[in-house]
Amino acid sequence: MLVAEFEPQIIAFCCNWCTYAAADLAGTARVHYPPNVRIVRVMCSGMVNPIYVLKAFEGGADGVLVAGCHLADCHYLDGPVKCDAMVDKLRKVLHVLGLEDERLRREMVSTSEGVLFARVIKEMVEQLKTIGPSPFKVKMEALA
Amino acid sequence: MNLEDIIQETKTYYCLECGKCTSVCPVARYDTSFSPRMMIENALLGFEDELVLDKELFSCLTCYTCQSECPSDVDFPVFVRKARAIAQGRGQRGICAHSGQLQSLARLMTSPTIKQKRLEWLSQEYRVSEKSDVLLWVGCAPYFEPIFEDIELSALGITKASLKILNSLGIEPKLLPNERCCGHDALWTGDIETFRKLAEHNAAQIKEAGVKKIVFTCPEGYRTFKLDYPNHVDLGCEVQHISELLAEKIGRNPDVLGKLKEIKKKVTYQDPCRLGRHLGVYDAPRRVLESIPGIELVEMKHSGLESICCGTSAFTNCDSCSNKLRSERLSEAVATGAEMLITACPKCQTHFRCAMVDKGEEHRPTPKIEIMDLANLVANAIGEGGKSSK
Repeated sequence: MLVAEFEPQIIAFCCNWCTYAAADLAGTARVHYPPNVRIVRVMCSGMVNPIYVLKAFEGGADGVLVAGCHLADCHYLDGPVKCDAMVDKLRKVLHVLGLEDERLRREMVSTSEGVLFARVIKEMVEQLKTIGPSPFKVKMEALA
Repeated sequence: MNLEDIIQETKTYYCLECGKCTSVCPVARYDTSFSPRMMIENALLGFEDELVLDKELFSCLTCYTCQSECPSDVDFPVFVRKARAIAQGRGQRGICAHSGQLQSLARLMTSPTIKQKRLEWLSQEYRVSEKSDVLLWVGCAPYFEPIFEDIELSALGITKASLKILNSLGIEPKLLPNERCCGHDALWTGDIETFRKLAEHNAAQIKEAGVKKIVFTCPEGYRTFKLDYPNHVDLGCEVQHISELLAEKIGRNPDVLGKLKEIKKKVTYQDPCRLGRHLGVYDAPRRVLESIPGIELVEMKHSGLESICCGTSAFTNCDSCSNKLRSERLSEAVATGAEMLITACPKCQTHFRCAMVDKGEEHRPTPKIEIMDLANLVANAIGEGGKSSK
């Protein structure tokens, strides 16, 4: 029997001003990247609350990407600083929970970096394919 | 379970509508729209919507002050807990503090396949044994450590202190590498499904470990294991809070911890509601405090049965009213002239520390006092290395 290859699901929280536009640019410029990502547009990476990430994992995401402007580019001045602090803290919590570090990724992608966005997604999908499905996904499938 | 069953089970129909519950309720003192008496009346009149769709349902601290005054012995906290289960079924969750992270972590821990890394803090300094028949329950401490780092709470510090105490008593406890959340918060916010799953995971692991006794550093876990787990799972072992264990050992032999260092401090003690009113443990922590040379214990205006809650339960509905409650309790502690407030519950400490980070209103700043867990105080008195276990 042919076993379907594991296709990871990624939830990406992208800031409205930079990364979302970069994803758009990647699209218009026909830069290919795997279709495993679902983008959630947020106004600023600094507004991404730990619960958004945890809820994504609860819902069965294999990986979460939090991406926004570079440090000095923020539309709201210090969003990326807040985001970094949040991710650092959450990473420690997820580590205790036994989740691999690769499952939560923090990136800064500016408007013009469509190629970088595509590369980040490609890398992430490859990494997640090697480490396999999230331990919380099994729970969700068992329920279905 | 419907409202009628809850009324039967908690004997709410005995209510005389005397309103003593509301008059002693710490929440009602600051939040005039909160009334345990009205909630019971709504239930008795069959007004389910008024009861379960009201956000006030999640404001109850379940601190058992009302029940200690009730002439009809209505179990209001359990009534609230069961009503919350109905509310959850109807999509009500209360307002989760810390954006609901802690509730989410509990739900994530129900996954059977996770392999937690919760014992990475364990160093050579502490002696643990795989073969021991005593288990030290670590609980949420490894998660609290990063989440509450900015309020300078060291939950693992309490666990480490407890390990040091156990080692000094000659006990080398076992620690479970993959224990789950005890489910206390899930149960009290009405998320019975999550609670049941967590309880099953824990019970299976404890059975496999084959322990005879579980020692707790947190009264919430202790309460859950002692009173709530027996309704869902079979544990087959004894449970004890660290203060009870210490009081028992010190009662038998006052020098059991070796020669304790003198700590010249005036302290006051906060009774955690889970340890005090829920389980009736008032004397054990006080006896432990008195056994430390130099410690002078002064009681707050409200202590023991009348003790006031730290203001939030199950990390739900933490609002300005909770903050006022905390400020008031801290003022009581400061008014005793004590230099330090001792608690026996990591969550009491979390909430008080959180309140102290807040500057308070301009004309009424939040009172400040040093706060420490009982286990840390005892561990400090034991000194370097403590008494040899051999």
